[in-house]
Amino acid sequence: MPLRFTTPLLLLALFVGVGVAGLVLFPNSAQVGDPKVIKIVSSLPRSGSARGQTDTIVKGIKLALHEVNYQLELKHPSTGETKTYRLEYLDLDDATAAAGQWTIEQEIANANLARSDPDVMAYIGTYNSGAAKVSMPILNRANIFMISPANTAPALTKPGWGERHEPGCYRPNNGKVNYARVVPTDDVQGAVSAFWAKELNAKQVYILDDNEVYGKGIADLFHKTCDEIGIKVLGQESIDFKQQEFGALMQKIKGMNPDLIYFGGTTQTKAGQLFKDMISVGMRCPMMAPDGCYEKAMIDSVGKDAFEKAPFYVTFGGLPVEELKTERGLQFRENYTNLYGEEPKEAYAAYGYECGLVVIEAIRKAGMKDRDAIREAGLTIRDFAGTAGTWSFDANGDTDSRVMSGNTVKDGEFKFVKKLELK
Amino acid sequence: MIFAAEPSFWISFAQQTLDGLTFGALIALIALGYTMVYGIVELINFAHGDLFMLGCFLALSQLALIGLGGLGYDATWSDPNSFQVGGIILTMLFTAMIFCASLNFAVDRLVYKPLRTAPKLAPLVSAIGVSFVFMNIGLFWGGPQDVNFPKLVGDQNLLPEQPDQANLRFTSKDLMVYLVTIPLMIALTAFIKFTKLGKAMRATAQNPTAAKLMGINTDRVIGITFAIGGALAGASSIVYALKLNTISYQMGFQNGLYAFTAAVLGGIGRIPGAVLGGLIIGLVRYYGSAYVGENWVGALIFGILIIILIFRPSGLLGANTREKV
Repeated sequence: MPLRFTTPLLLLALFVGVGVAGLVLFPNSAQVGDPKVIKIVSSLPRSGSARGQTDTIVKGIKLALHEVNYQLELKHPSTGETKTYRLEYLDLDDATAAAGQWTIEQEIANANLARSDPDVMAYIGTYNSGAAKVSMPILNRANIFMISPANTAPALTKPGWGERHEPGCYRPNNGKVNYARVVPTDDVQGAVSAFWAKELNAKQVYILDDNEVYGKGIADLFHKTCDEIGIKVLGQESIDFKQQEFGALMQKIKGMNPDLIYFGGTTQTKAGQLFKDMISVGMRCPMMAPDGCYEKAMIDSVGKDAFEKAPFYVTFGGLPVEELKTERGLQFRENYTNLYGEEPKEAYAAYGYECGLVVIEAIRKAGMKDRDAIREAGLTIRDFAGTAGTWSFDANGDTDSRVMSGNTVKDGEFKFVKKLELK
Repeated sequence: MIFAAEPSFWISFAQQTLDGLTFGALIALIALGYTMVYGIVELINFAHGDLFMLGCFLALSQLALIGLGGLGYDATWSDPNSFQVGGIILTMLFTAMIFCASLNFAVDRLVYKPLRTAPKLAPLVSAIGVSFVFMNIGLFWGGPQDVNFPKLVGDQNLLPEQPDQANLRFTSKDLMVYLVTIPLMIALTAFIKFTKLGKAMRATAQNPTAAKLMGINTDRVIGITFAIGGALAGASSIVYALKLNTISYQMGFQNGLYAFTAAVLGGIGRIPGAVLGGLIIGLVRYYGSAYVGENWVGALIFGILIIILIFRPSGLLGANTREKV
């Protein structure tokens, strides 16, 4: 594929081009700035198919700022003097209407805008893990605290999950960490799923994966956890998702009589067809899958009737809003409804709100308008009372929250089953 | 494993054989159209698989029109009676055959006919181009996701079942595949062997110039060949959609590849060869998945293709087409 060889070159050209443009557009930017203002930017796909989710994330962020009335009184940690800052929020789009999703150019432009404006102290984003890969190194060099409401790829922060150079390549500033996220990562999901399978009385399971980084990663972790908690794994196999049907595979699995089939993969890698073939060979055991299948397309590709024949379980790295029952969670629901006149619809709204809270907490803790101090303060947040429970950031910037939700399909819609928590 | 075989092993083996043969018959049905066009024009019509895909989407759109489901919809008729279902299937089969036949005919007139005297590579590359055009039409038509195709044919077991043990399953869906494939293969063979048009086709295949000298309108014959090839793609699309119940704009590629392999394996240009090749691929697909590993299936199928072509370059049943070259 010629694309593979040209993409790095193209990227390089883009970096250089945008860098030069940045120098021309923002000359001597370090000197200008408003001493009374702290700016917070977010970079999310505001146009295209993710619009619905990002709308609620932005509303969540604004709610957090609204609660402090868009201003903060900071007490300098060494001199002790207090000063009031006005908080300004800038909602940037990393997608274009033409592309319908995030683009590299747009994400670089947003990161550079944040980097070159001396008042910007925090960067909330990105929505897509791929976009984070682009802006992380830029913001890392600028020492800006970056916090994501939605990235789940483990490779962004955890060594050993992605390419050999990851995650070091996202921390060019001597390996200093500036990135954090409030969502549990994909690897947590594999383990949580295994515990759920045990609760569902699965004694022996068969594991399938799509041989992709995401799917196989989760399936491997599911396998490992099964071994640890005493679920017998009858076998694990990768499928070739370019195949159109899996009757033979399901026929073979049927002979082993598993209590549950786990598929590490997405709707795009044939989760729907596997479920259909499982039913058509006459199996009625449940199938479980990770959040790559937590989308309407899964139900469309299977047809809602099939879900009546065998249960389909899917895990998701968050809780539906109705299930946020902590003090923070209830307060969030109430304030959100008061401010916007409606209940938050998407599960990600709570993560947007939580990002806003974390940023405010980081600035308050730092006590001064200084990027490095805020970054440091943000990453050392511990025992934070979030909407779904209390959590802390670990050394990589990941939340130690292990709260997920288990869902199933009923009447052609996803239904919440229970809160899953890894102890 | 084989030595320590228990009864359940043999049941499962028989089941894989049966399912493999059914899947093979499905591939054979697609391969018939491939091999038919190649036999006459010596053009590998790479767009055949994607034509087949468009046939599926046409059927789905028809179902959506009468409220039986379709793109993003669920069935509103929960239990249509078998008479209605039979009528619907026949209508779908008929329209898909007409649609694919006219489309294939039009493509021949527009794309391949001007290239009839060009070097062999030109129509081949054009066929790949047509395949991409079709695939993008499919993407526009059905969207990027897998789409559910309503279950019009049930999968109740036709074989006697005993409770409390593994049973061999041969469903009404499987029967449907054979009910369409076998008559079509026989009809096609008879058509080419015994009708006047079939004779003209064979003459055109052997030597177009000589056929023209004998008063055969070769352009018309080739056009009809494409139309028949298209009709076969249309028929296979309905059978496929009813059997597997999932369609997507990318399905033409993988199935086209299998069908092409089946045609080559059996001896391209030979109708029984396409069926034999299809059945072999079906069996390898199912045995490979059951006894080797699901992700080795592709390697196994194409490995067997290479081995057979080394020992019989013109395919399993292709020996007597030698004189043509």
